[in-house]
Amino acid sequence: MVQIDGLGKLLAEHPFFRGMDDAAMEVIAGCAANERINADTYLFREGGAADKFYLVRHGTIALEFHVPGRDPVVLSTVHEGEIFGWSWMVPPFTWTFDAKAIELTRLVSLDAKCLRGKIESDHSLGYDLLSRFIPVLADRLNAARLQMIDMYGRP
Amino acid sequence: MNTAIVDPMIPVPYQVRSFQKELSDTFTIELTPASGRRPFHFKPGQFNMLYAYGTGEVPISMSGDPADPSKVVHTIRAVGTVTDTLMALREGDNIGLRGPFGSSWPVEAAEGHDLIIVTGGIGLAPLRPAIYHVLKHRKKYGKVCIFYGARTPEDILFRKDLESWRGRFDMYADVTVDRGTGDWAGPVGVVTNLITRGRFDPHHTVAFVCGPEIMMRFSVQTLNGLGVTNDRIHVSMERNMKCAVGLCGFCQFGPTFVCKDGPVFRFDRIQKIFPVREL
Repeated sequence: MVQIDGLGKLLAEHPFFRGMDDAAMEVIAGCAANERINADTYLFREGGAADKFYLVRHGTIALEFHVPGRDPVVLSTVHEGEIFGWSWMVPPFTWTFDAKAIELTRLVSLDAKCLRGKIESDHSLGYDLLSRFIPVLADRLNAARLQMIDMYGRP
Repeated sequence: MNTAIVDPMIPVPYQVRSFQKELSDTFTIELTPASGRRPFHFKPGQFNMLYAYGTGEVPISMSGDPADPSKVVHTIRAVGTVTDTLMALREGDNIGLRGPFGSSWPVEAAEGHDLIIVTGGIGLAPLRPAIYHVLKHRKKYGKVCIFYGARTPEDILFRKDLESWRGRFDMYADVTVDRGTGDWAGPVGVVTNLITRGRFDPHHTVAFVCGPEIMMRFSVQTLNGLGVTNDRIHVSMERNMKCAVGLCGFCQFGPTFVCKDGPVFRFDRIQKIFPVREL
């Protein structure tokens, strides 16, 4: 219980969960765990089971794409106060990129199977979570489009 | 008082005092009057018309220190016939110069506020004089944040300046690239990501934004989303210019002329025409 309270506090302080009511927070905290990953270490790789999503408390994670015969391409970096990993919501629940810590990084992970179960039995929690995820996904999509158009290239 | 303008349509001969290559297609030239030294006063954000003899004229913003009237500094990206010709200049060569022209970054009106500078690519050049000014009068401002975006780590303009600003204790500077290459360990992503990571008081913030128009569009949206209103956002527009004094109409932008009413505009004054295509 003490551990959950501690994680609940960490989650409540994270911008992603800002404003979530206490009861929902406690349910989410039941699926949460603290994690720490050293610099230059892969957290997961493309094709692996997307069994978690992550909130960055401190540090930087690079989201990479593996291209055969080339160095990994960094698609974006994720920093303190941000989240990553949406594959847990989309079948077949496998990662579509690699995630590597650029520096010592502290995270809160949320167990996907646990969360999916809770959402299944509490649709309002699912709606709350989705309404937090969708703006993040929209921002990432917009950012990816801007990166794609090479806006600093020759006019 | 502008001492540099005699007749705004007649170029004054200037000599290249130094030439420095910044990036593969970008360079900085320092100019001095060919007929002896004469102080050149300008405001941050203003531009000159540079005349490559026999080729043509282009509008180029000043990128040097406005407090130093002994130097006229321009940072130029070679993207066409005239700028390609300017890139071939070397120490001792001559060009024609008209200016300074246009509006400026409201550095004095921003005093007492947090100041957010959002820029990308060559857009840092027209903002560098404003940054010099603000740092010279640092105590007059609240938080000062610079967010700069580049295509790749190799395309970061004024890297030494950015490193020096980042190393200061009284300001925040961050750089992101669209594509991480080599051993780049900094942020990868668009410059708008940096804005959301910055810690400033949006309700007491003035923002200066300069870069590709699409970058400015999304930066304004991001600033708006954080609570910075359009009357506190200033952007620098770019259009083809000919006369630079609002006569020829070449740079007409809705009811305004970019050369005379701009290039720096308060965003609420152009927000209706900013998204209009082909304007």
